[in-house]
Amino acid sequence: MTGPLTMDQLAAVIARDIPPGSFVNLGIGHPTKVADHLPPEAGVVLHTENGMLGMGPTATGADVDPDLINAGKIPVTELPGAAYFDHASSFAMMRGGHLDFCVLGAYQVSAGGDLANWHTGAADDIPAVGGAMDLAIGAKSVFVMMSLFTRGGAPKLVPRCTYPLTGVGCVSRVYTDLAVFDFTPEGPRITRTFGTPAAELAERLALPYLAG
Amino acid sequence: MVVSRTQFPSSALDAVADTPDGATVLVGGFGLAGMPSELIDALIEQGAGDLTIVSNNAGNGDTGLAALLRAGRVRKVVCSFPRQSDSYVFDELYRAGKIELELVPQGNLAERMRAAGAGIGAFYCPTAVGTPLAEGRETRVIDGRTYLLEYPIHGDVALISAWRADELGNLVYRKTARNFGPVMATAARTVIAQVTSVVPAGSLDPEAVVTPRIYVDRVVRVEGGAR
Repeated sequence: MTGPLTMDQLAAVIARDIPPGSFVNLGIGHPTKVADHLPPEAGVVLHTENGMLGMGPTATGADVDPDLINAGKIPVTELPGAAYFDHASSFAMMRGGHLDFCVLGAYQVSAGGDLANWHTGAADDIPAVGGAMDLAIGAKSVFVMMSLFTRGGAPKLVPRCTYPLTGVGCVSRVYTDLAVFDFTPEGPRITRTFGTPAAELAERLALPYLAG
Repeated sequence: MVVSRTQFPSSALDAVADTPDGATVLVGGFGLAGMPSELIDALIEQGAGDLTIVSNNAGNGDTGLAALLRAGRVRKVVCSFPRQSDSYVFDELYRAGKIELELVPQGNLAERMRAAGAGIGAFYCPTAVGTPLAEGRETRVIDGRTYLLEYPIHGDVALISAWRADELGNLVYRKTARNFGPVMATAARTVIAQVTSVVPAGSLDPEAVVTPRIYVDRVVRVEGGAR
C-alpha cells in the first residue's frame, strides 16, 4: 500500500492484524473505525468500558436505544452472545489482563513505549482521563493509532514524551499513516512503511536506531 | 403487603428529603445512560448544598448534574471524564475556580467504591503509575511491578437508576445503563434508586437480580427514563 494512509485505511491495516476470536477494546475516536473492518466471521469480540462484551455496529434509526451506548457515548447495538456487567467488573476485566488488545489514540509515544494521550498539559485545558490509564496498563497488547507527525510537522514518536503520561512502557505497537513501529527491548523498529522509505522516516524522527 | 426494610417513597423529592448540606453523593450513569435524572432534579429542588459529587462525568448540557452544578450546590466533583463536548457548565465553573476537581481514572473510581462497599481499607493498583496522577502518592513494588495505594470512596448518599425493582427492593438494570449502579449501591450509607417499574415480590428471576435488596434503602418509580 502506498501512503500516507488515511485513518480509515489505517483502521483496515489494524483490523487485519487482529487474530480471529480476540477480545478487543477500541477506546474512543479514530480507533473505533477498526470495528468497521473486522470481518464478522473472525469472531472478534469488542469490549466497551461501560460494561459490555459483544458490542455490535453503531445503531441508527429505530435501533437507537439510550441505554445502549459505547465508551464515546454513541448509540451501538448488541451482537448475539453479548454480555453486560457493571463498571467494577468491566475494569477488573481490563486491569486483570483478560483483554487481548486495545487500540488507543495518542498525542505522543516515546521510544521507550510510554504513552501520552489524555492531557495536553496546557494550563487552561480541562484534564479528562476516563479509562485510558486503566486500558494502557491492562490489555495484553496496546496498539496506538495516530498520525506520525502533528499538523505542524512535529514528530509524535519522540525520545521522551513532553505531554503528561498515561502509562509507562506500555505500548506494544504504533500504527501511523506513514509506518508501523514494533516496540522491542532495544526500542521501536519500523516493520512496515506506507510510501516513505524507512531511512527517511528515521532521519525525520531523529531516532537513528529505528530502521531495520 | 410484603415486609421489606426498603422504603418506597411516593416522590423523588421525598426520597432525597434528608440529604444534608456537605454530603458526598454518588451519582450513577455514564453520560446519560443510567443517569438518575429525576433524583438529581429532586435534589436541586430539595436544596442541599456544599456537596461532593462522585460520578463518571461532570454533567451534560443544562439538565441533571449540569443543572445541579449551575445551581451552585456542588463544592467538589470526583470524576474520570469531566471534559465533554457539552460539559460547558462544569468547564465554566472550573475555569473560574468555583469548583474543585479530583480526577480519578475510571477503573479506580469504580474499584475505590467497590472497596468501600466491601469493607476493604485500601488496595494497591497499577493504574496511573508514573503519571502526574501518581505524584506524591504511596507506592509499593510487588513481584517486580509498581502499584499505587488507593483508598475507598464512601458515599453518604447514592443516587442510581435501575430498570426494575421488585417490591422488596431487589434491582435489575438494562444494557449499558447498568454501569456504576451496582457498585455505588454498595458504597453509600443511604442508597436511593429510581426505576421505571416495581414488580411483585418473586417475579424477578433470583438468578438475574444484580443488586440484592440488602443494599437498597429507597426505591422511587419514575415515568420514562430507561425503557
